[in-house]
Amino acid sequence: MSILVGKETRVVGQGITGNFGSLHARKNIEYGTSYVAAVTPGKGGQQFEGSIPIFNTVHEAVEKEGANTSVIFVPPPFAADGILEAIDAGIELVVCITEGIPVRDMAVVKDALSKSRTRLIGPNCPGIITPGVCNIGIMPGYIARPGRIGVVSRSGTLTYEAVFQVTERGYGQSTCIGIGGDPINGTSHIDAIRLFNEDPDTEAIIMIGEIGGTAEEEAAAYIKEHVNKPVAAFIAGMTAPPGRRMGHAGAIVSGGSGTAEAKVTALKAAGIAVSETPSEIAETLFGIYTPS
Amino acid sequence: MNIHEFQAKELFADFGIAIPKGVAAKSADEFESALKQLPEGPVVVKAQIHAGGRGKGTFTNGFKGGVHVCKDKASALEAARSMLGNTLVTHQTGPEGKVVKTLFFNETCDIKKEYYLAITLDRGSSRPVIIASTEGGVDIETVAAEAPEKITKVFIDPAQGLQAYHKRKVAFGLGFSEKAQLKQMDTLLTGLYRLYWEKDASLVEINPLITTPEDRIIALDAKVGFDENALFRHSDILDLRDLDEEDPKEVEAGRHGLNYIALDGNIACLVNGAGLAMATMDIIKHFGGNPANFLDVGGGASEEAVTEAFRIILSDPKVEGILVNIFGGIMSCKVIASGVIAAARNVDLKVPLVVRLEGNEVEEGKALLEESKLPLTPASSLSDAARKVVAEVAPSKQ
Repeated sequence: MSILVGKETRVVGQGITGNFGSLHARKNIEYGTSYVAAVTPGKGGQQFEGSIPIFNTVHEAVEKEGANTSVIFVPPPFAADGILEAIDAGIELVVCITEGIPVRDMAVVKDALSKSRTRLIGPNCPGIITPGVCNIGIMPGYIARPGRIGVVSRSGTLTYEAVFQVTERGYGQSTCIGIGGDPINGTSHIDAIRLFNEDPDTEAIIMIGEIGGTAEEEAAAYIKEHVNKPVAAFIAGMTAPPGRRMGHAGAIVSGGSGTAEAKVTALKAAGIAVSETPSEIAETLFGIYTPS
Repeated sequence: MNIHEFQAKELFADFGIAIPKGVAAKSADEFESALKQLPEGPVVVKAQIHAGGRGKGTFTNGFKGGVHVCKDKASALEAARSMLGNTLVTHQTGPEGKVVKTLFFNETCDIKKEYYLAITLDRGSSRPVIIASTEGGVDIETVAAEAPEKITKVFIDPAQGLQAYHKRKVAFGLGFSEKAQLKQMDTLLTGLYRLYWEKDASLVEINPLITTPEDRIIALDAKVGFDENALFRHSDILDLRDLDEEDPKEVEAGRHGLNYIALDGNIACLVNGAGLAMATMDIIKHFGGNPANFLDVGGGASEEAVTEAFRIILSDPKVEGILVNIFGGIMSCKVIASGVIAAARNVDLKVPLVVRLEGNEVEEGKALLEESKLPLTPASSLSDAARKVVAEVAPSKQ
């Protein structure tokens, strides 16, 4: 019923003993997500929420508790180090929520990822949820319900918007992934769409993009070539002025490249249904897809 | 974060990059002593503002050009006096222009040929890329569109760093082959890459890079931007920030942890989340309105954040209506509604306010909005909200 996270997911929380991290880790645990360890250097030997062991290193969390997935709430100056440590410890999936990691640090992380088997989601993302089973990150669990629509998005609240529209119509999601708004991220639109395409329990896909870079254009070409599941898309930033970073570090039109128009044109040319407004994302999908 | 050309050139000098001799001055009193530090003969006077297109710009007092090549120091002094304190309008400043507060005096260089050289992030490969072109002094985007074969791109593996072969590839790509030239290019690229990497630059650009008749390679211009997320580890760079070059509303928003960008429309929006904020601007436009700003109040949308956001929005005299669009994910819509109500009271709101709440405990949140007796219009969906705010603002424009 899902991609990347499910019943086998054993989470280690890096930096979840801080205010923000602990709030969301608790919510994830209430949702039913299996947190097996926490890592806060210097707090090794203590316990999180009275029962989850805290370690000084990610390696210990892997060796002693069998953690296979990490969620990172570490502050920006130290977050890349946290990701590199998780990669070194052999974590399969790292979900990095942290916003504001320097690009230079992420260039080094990206290089390390290419030499490892670790997948990174984010940074600067809301996380990933397989409804009813596993919620890692800051997404509000109640907006999603189990179903067969895969959702991938660069934006947090815009993801909630799309997920909520699907849920309100009585349908659900296989998995929802926020890939984050930074110029360098671990998992791209294409990566997520490939996984949804290969997942027998995902019937249709919603892709939400925004200005900056060419990830949506590349995804459009991939979808045209490889995907026969219905895909609906929305692109934010039609009215964004060139040369300005629109909140997300990666959301910038520079040198005439990365415009919303170019993305919408590429998506339409690939036969993807593009929603005109953020209010009609689910409606656009159900215009081309009848759930089984 | 951007810096001025004279600051960028100081950094260039620190990193061993050859530049023309130059001195910056911020007041008329300093002009003569600044000029004394340059050799006799012609002088280039350059207005220091962050926008490009200075040479072709015009001052609001009618004086033409923000870059002047003067035959001697006396005429340089005269040109500098005409520019200081006046407003320069270029194709990048917008019609309001930028006040020139610093002049940069440079010795002139004889030019044999102009080139383009830059280092930035290539998003596709997530690696630094050196971009070099034999077409200097023109926009690199124009060259990329019209003569891409004249551009050499060299990608750097961040783990390996800049290697000698990278530097040779760039130098040969620009047509340099003599030993003395290759040596200068090696020094130049070493310094430029170190500056890019060590100072967390987002862009280092030399346009034009020139050769002189004596075959010296010199950075005639300098443009450097920095990754704002990395400024915490570069207090020296943060000191170079010139707040006069930024929109005061944007600076104020930044102080309160809000992300605000001024636009030229009349419908302000206040949204949580960057993607949803952009989408809200788009939907206002879709229904025939014009967004006045981008504003992301962050995930929580607390009363303090919303109050400050209202203050900043309302300091823009063009604003004739406000659309609040909040998706209450983790936080209850009740809390958000209370915050919006308190904030609206704090700022004594006089323009139409349309509020769209969605998410956690939305019905309770909407009820609070209605009980508030504030002149606000609740909306049931984002489309509904956009239609309503456009309709409320439209009549006042006629």
